[in-house]
Amino acid sequence: MLHIVACIKQVPDTKIIKMNPKTNTMDRRTAPAILNPYDAHAVEEAVRLRERYGGTVSVLTMGPPPAVKAIKKCIEIGADEGYLITDRRFAGADTLATSYALTKALNKISKENPVDLIICGKMSIDGDTGQVGPGIARRLDIPPLTSVNKVIEINKQEGKAIVQRKLEDGYEVVQSTLPCLFSVEKTINEVPYAPFPNMLKAAKYNPYIWSVDDLEDVDIKQLGLKGSPTIVSKVWAPPKPEGGTMLEGNRQEQVEQLLSVLLEKKELFMTKGES
Amino acid sequence: MSEKFDAIVVGAGPAGTSCAHDLAKGGAHVLLLERGEYPGSKNVMGGVLYRKMMEDIIPEFYKEAPLERPIVEQRFMMMDKESAVTFSYKGMEWGKEPYNNFTVLRAKFDQWFADKAVQQGAILINETVVLECIVENGKVVGVRTDRPNGDVYADVVVLADGVNSLLAQSLGFHKEYRPDEVALATMEILKLDKKVIEDRFNLEDNQGCTIELFGDATKGILGTGFLYTNKDTLSIGVGTLLSGLIKHKIKPYELLEYVKAHPMIRTLIQGSEPQEYLAHLIPEGGYHSMGRIVGDGVIVIGDASQLVNAIHREGSNLAMTSGRLAAETILLAKEAGDFSEKALDHYRVRLLEGFVGQDMKKYKDSTHHFDRNPHYFDQYIPMLNKAASQMFTVDGQSKWEKQKKIWKDLGTPKEKMKMARDMYRAWKVVK
Repeated sequence: MLHIVACIKQVPDTKIIKMNPKTNTMDRRTAPAILNPYDAHAVEEAVRLRERYGGTVSVLTMGPPPAVKAIKKCIEIGADEGYLITDRRFAGADTLATSYALTKALNKISKENPVDLIICGKMSIDGDTGQVGPGIARRLDIPPLTSVNKVIEINKQEGKAIVQRKLEDGYEVVQSTLPCLFSVEKTINEVPYAPFPNMLKAAKYNPYIWSVDDLEDVDIKQLGLKGSPTIVSKVWAPPKPEGGTMLEGNRQEQVEQLLSVLLEKKELFMTKGES
Repeated sequence: MSEKFDAIVVGAGPAGTSCAHDLAKGGAHVLLLERGEYPGSKNVMGGVLYRKMMEDIIPEFYKEAPLERPIVEQRFMMMDKESAVTFSYKGMEWGKEPYNNFTVLRAKFDQWFADKAVQQGAILINETVVLECIVENGKVVGVRTDRPNGDVYADVVVLADGVNSLLAQSLGFHKEYRPDEVALATMEILKLDKKVIEDRFNLEDNQGCTIELFGDATKGILGTGFLYTNKDTLSIGVGTLLSGLIKHKIKPYELLEYVKAHPMIRTLIQGSEPQEYLAHLIPEGGYHSMGRIVGDGVIVIGDASQLVNAIHREGSNLAMTSGRLAAETILLAKEAGDFSEKALDHYRVRLLEGFVGQDMKKYKDSTHHFDRNPHYFDQYIPMLNKAASQMFTVDGQSKWEKQKKIWKDLGTPKEKMKMARDMYRAWKVVK
C-alpha cells in the first residue's frame, strides 16, 4: 500500500491575466485562481499509481484560504485527502521558503502515514521555475527525479521506482530508491473528465487546514518573505521581434504568398537526415 | 447506487439558487447542478436586481452582497436618429436603505448567492451538464449528467436550466420556442473611471442610474436598449425579438455597434474600454408561451418556464419568486411524502395567484401586439421627437402656430383616428 503525496499550487490563470504595464508584474486580481495545470497531471499520476498498487493519495498545498478550491479540484481528480497550510507568516515565500514549509508539512503527514512517494508538477505557470519539487527532495534527503514522462514500476517491497525521463533529444530510464520525488511532464497522462461520485465527494470535502503552529520544529526565520533570499531586481518585457513581412491582399492572395514562402524555405521544416 | 437527494436543482441562476437556498434552509438534502465553471459564468442580464424579491430569500442581503450601485434614477429615452425625448424619475429615497433596485454584475453576484445556498447546506457541483431527466413509470426520479457514473436520484427534480430549457422540452412540457417568443440580447461591459461615471451621469458615490432606450436604439425593431451604471463599468446592450432581427436581416452585434455610435449615447460612453461581450436569449413570449410547469416529481422555474415581464424588463425577480415558491412546495411535499403532480401543483397555484402570475396575465398580449404593429416604434417615436423639436425651437412662430403645424403633421383625419385607436389598444394590452 503506497502513500503518495502530490504537492500542488493554486495559480492565477496566466492565459487571461493582465500585466501591469508600469511594473511589468502580473495583476493577480485580473485572473481567476485555478489549479496549476501541471499539478493536475501530478495528481492524476498519483491516482493511477494508487489504482495499480493500492494505497492512499494525499494532496498538499501552501496558500491563502481560497486554495481550498484547488484541493477540491484534486479530490475531483481522485485524491483521497487534502492538506492546506495557510498562515500570514508563510506569505511572500520564494521557492526556498516554500519548499521549507512544505517539507515541514510533509514531515507531519508522514508521522501519521509514512510517505513513499511525492509527485509534483513540472513547474507552476506563474513562476515557471520548477524549483520547489527538487527543493523538497533536497530537504528530505531523497532522490529527485525530474521530467518524469512515464512511471514504469514502483515496488515498495524492494524499495525501488523505475521511471522514464524526458530529455531534450530522447528518453532515459532510471531507477531510484524509495521514498523519492517525481516532478512530472504534462505528457505523462491525460486528466479525464471527472466521474460524478468524485464531484460529489469534492463538493462535500473539507481538507485539513494547518497554520505554522500546527507544524513541528519550524524555524520562523526560514518562512515567508523573511526566509526568501530571492530578489527580483527588475522585470521587463522581452523586446518585440523585428523584421518579418506582412502578407497583403485578399485571403486567396495571402494563402498563395504564404505557400510560395513556405516552399522556398522548405529546408526549415525538414528533420535531420531528410533531403 | 449513489446517494439519493430530496431534490436536485438544475441550474444555478437566480431561480435555481433561490430554490436550493430555501430548500437547504428548510432542512432538505439538496443538490444544485451548474454547467458553467462557476455560478454566473454563463449567466447574462442587463443588470438590474430587484431588492424586494431578493430580500424574501436573504433579508438585508445588500449589507454584504457584491452589488454595483443602488439605482436612484430611471431614465427613459424615446430616440430618433439624431434626437431623443427623455423622461426620468430620480428620488433620494431610493439611495438609502432598504433601497429599491441595484445594478449588479452577474458573474460576481451569482457566485455570492450560490455560496449562500452552500452555507445553508446545499451541495453545489459545477461544470456538469444534465443531459436528461431519468423517468420511471411516468415519474421523474433523477437526472443523467454528462459525467461517468453520472446518474443521480431524487424525490423531485427542479428544472431551472434557463430560457431554452431543453430538459422541460424533452419531457414534452413545451415546444421549441418560435423566433417571436424569444428576444436576443447582446451587451458589453465597458470600463470607465468611477469619477467619470459619476460626473457624466450626475451621481454621487454609491448611486446609480439606468437608462432604457426605445425607438431608434433598435432601429425601430421591437425591443429596447439599455445603459446602466456599475461601480467602474457601464453595461450597454440591446435586445430585440429574434424574429425582428431575422425579418430586418440585422446581426445582433451590428445593432449594438449602432447604439454605441448613436449621437445620444456615444458621449455617455466616450473613452470607455470594452471589457466583456455577452449575449443571451430572453424568453419574451409571455403567458401564452408558458408550457407545463409541474409534473410527477418535477417542477419548472425561472426562464425555463418563460417567466419574464418584457414590458417592465423584469425577469430575475420573477425567477427568484418562482424558486422560492418551488422550495416551499417541495418542503410541504416532503412532509407529506407525496411528490406527485397533484401535490406539486401547489407551486403552480401559488405562482399564478401571486404577482408573478398576475403580471404574466396582465401583459400576456403586449409583446405580441407591439410585434404585430411595428409603427409604434418606427413611426410614433420619430413623430414624438419631431413634435418636441418643433415646439421647443424658438424661431419667431407663435406657439399656437406651432401646435397647429404639429397637429397637421400627424396626418389626415383618418391617420389620426388610427393613431388614437393604436394608443387605446396599446393602453389596453398593458392595462
